[in-house]
Amino acid sequence: MEIVMAFVCGFLFMAAVYLILSRSLLRIIIGTGLLSHGAHLLILTMGSFKGTVPPVLSDGVTDFADPLPQALILTAIVISFGVTAFFLVLAYRAYSELKTDDMSLMRGSEENE
Amino acid sequence: MSNFLLLPIIIPFFFAMLLLFGQKNIAYQRITTLLGLVISIICAIGLVSNVYMDGPQTVTLGNWPAPFGITMMGDMVASVLMLTTLVISLFIVWYGFGSIGKEREQFFYYPGIMFIITGVNGAFTTGDIFNLFVFFEVLLMASYLLIVLGGEKAQLRESIKYILVNVISSALFVVAVAYLYSVVGTLSMADISLKIAEINQPGIITVIAVLFLLVFGMKAAIFPLYFWLPSAYSAPPIPVLALFGALLTKVGVYAITRTYTLFFTHDLSYTHELLLILAVVTIIAGCIGALAHFDVKQIIIYNIIIAVGVILFGVAQMNEVALQGAFVYLIHDMIIKAALFMLIGIVIYVTGTSNLRKMGGLIQTYPTLGWFFLIAGFGLVGVPPLSGFVGKLLIIQGGFIAGNTWSTLVVLASSIIVLLSVMRIFIYAFWGEQGQLSTDVQKRKYNRMFIPTMLLVILSIFYGIGAEWLNPFMSDAAKILMDPSIYTDAVMKGGE
Repeated sequence: MEIVMAFVCGFLFMAAVYLILSRSLLRIIIGTGLLSHGAHLLILTMGSFKGTVPPVLSDGVTDFADPLPQALILTAIVISFGVTAFFLVLAYRAYSELKTDDMSLMRGSEENE
Repeated sequence: MSNFLLLPIIIPFFFAMLLLFGQKNIAYQRITTLLGLVISIICAIGLVSNVYMDGPQTVTLGNWPAPFGITMMGDMVASVLMLTTLVISLFIVWYGFGSIGKEREQFFYYPGIMFIITGVNGAFTTGDIFNLFVFFEVLLMASYLLIVLGGEKAQLRESIKYILVNVISSALFVVAVAYLYSVVGTLSMADISLKIAEINQPGIITVIAVLFLLVFGMKAAIFPLYFWLPSAYSAPPIPVLALFGALLTKVGVYAITRTYTLFFTHDLSYTHELLLILAVVTIIAGCIGALAHFDVKQIIIYNIIIAVGVILFGVAQMNEVALQGAFVYLIHDMIIKAALFMLIGIVIYVTGTSNLRKMGGLIQTYPTLGWFFLIAGFGLVGVPPLSGFVGKLLIIQGGFIAGNTWSTLVVLASSIIVLLSVMRIFIYAFWGEQGQLSTDVQKRKYNRMFIPTMLLVILSIFYGIGAEWLNPFMSDAAKILMDPSIYTDAVMKGGE
C-alpha cells in the first residue's frame, strides 16, 4: 500500500513541478495546490498504514491508526488553505493592475516600469 | 513550572489582536504597538537573566511529559535572539512613524509587524519540529501582508514571486518533516536528537539533513537558493525592508544552526562539508552582487547574503570558538543590517533617488548622517572597536583551528569587498559635487527618521565595545550549540 501511495505522491509532485514551471499564473497556483496535496498525502503515507480503525477511543479496539500524522495534516491543510486564498486574491489583484497573467512579462525593475 | 518563557511570544500576539481594532485611529495604533514592544522587551530581558542564572528554561505545554507534548525551549541562544528581535523591531517601528505613510498605517501595518514578531520569536523558542513549521508560516503570512501592503505595481509583481518561493519551500518542509517522522517516529527536537544518536545517523538521515538544508537555505538565501531575495526585497518600503533584512533570513540561519548542531552531528564529513562549501560560494556570490550594483538598496541587500554565508561558515566548523563567533556575528548582523537599511532609507529620502550615480556631496548638507553612515559601514566590515569585529575574529580563528585554511582566507578577503561596497556608497553619496537633492525634505520628518537610526548605530557601537561584558552570555550560547546533551537533558528533565 505504501508503495502505491509513494507512486501517487511522486506523480502529484511531478505534475506540480510541471505546472509551476509554466508561464500562466493560474497554472502555477494549481501547481501549488497539487504540491500541497502531494505533501499531505506523503505525511499520511510516512505515518504508515498499520492501523485499521480510526483513532477514536472505543471498547475492545486496539488496532488504531497513528493519530499524529492526521493532526499534522489537518494543521498543514488549513495553513495551505490560508496561503492559497491569499495567493489567489493577489493573483486577481495583480491581473487587474498589471493587465497580464504571463509570468514572463512580469519581470523588470524600477527603470522599465 | 514557569510560563515566563512564553511572554515574549504571547505579548506581541495579544497586542497584535488588540491592534486589529481601531484600524483608522493612528495614535492608538502607534501607542499600542510601542507599549507592546516595550513590555515584551522588559520580559525578554528578564528571560535572559533567568536563563543566565538558572540555565535553560523549558515549558511543556499542557503538562504532558516531554516527548509527547509541545516543548518550548528557552536557552541562551533563543532568549538573546528574542531580545535582539524585539529591540530592533522597536527602533524600526519608531523609524516607520516618519516614513511609512498614513495609508499603510491605517491598513494593518502594525498588526502585521506584531504578528511577524510573534512568528519569529516562536520560531526561536520552539522545541518541536512541526511547531517550528507552524511558526514559520505565522511569520511568512505576516510577511506576505507587509510585502504587498500598499499595492504598488512593483510590490504586486515581486510579492507573487516571493509567495511562490515560500509556498514551495514550505511544502518541502512538510515533506522533510514527514520523512524524518517515518525514520525516528517523534517530533520533539530533543527526542529526535536522541533517536538519531541511537541509530548513529544512517544514510537516510543524511539525505534528510540535506533536505532540511534545502528548506531552510531557501528561507535564509544561501547560494543556489538566493535568487528570489534581491528582487523581492527591493519592492517593499524601507521600514518593512529593514524588518525583513534584519529578521527573516536570520530565522532560516537559526534553523540551519539548530538542526545542524542538534540533530545531524554524526556524519560531519558530508553534511558540514557541504554546508562549508555552500557558505563559501554564498559569500562569493554575495560579493559579486554587492559590487555589481549602483543601487544603494541592492548593495545592502547583497550584503545580507554575504553575512548569511559568513555565519553559516562559522556553523560549519563545529568547534566552540567558531560557533560562538557565528552567534556573536548573527546578533551583530541583525542590528547592523537594520541600522544600514534605515540609513539608506534616509539617504533615499533626502536625495529622492536610490541610484548612486545621481547622488553626491551630501556631507555638506547632512554631516551627522554622513558620519553615522561611516560608523555603521565600518561596523559592518568589522573594524576593531566596532561590532562586527569580535564575531568575525572568532569565526576565522575557528576556521583555522578546524584546518580549513583556504576557505577561511576567502571569508577574510570578503571583508575587503564588503568594505569596498559600503565605502562606495559613502564616496558616491557623501563626497564630491553636489548631486540630486529632493525638494520637499521636511526637517521634522527627517529628525523622526534620523533619531532612532542614530540610537541603533550607537547601540551597535556599544555591542562592539562591550564584547567582554557580553562574553558570558555568548559563551553560554556556544556551549549549548556545541553540546546537544545540555539541550536534550533540559527538555527531557523539564517535562517530568
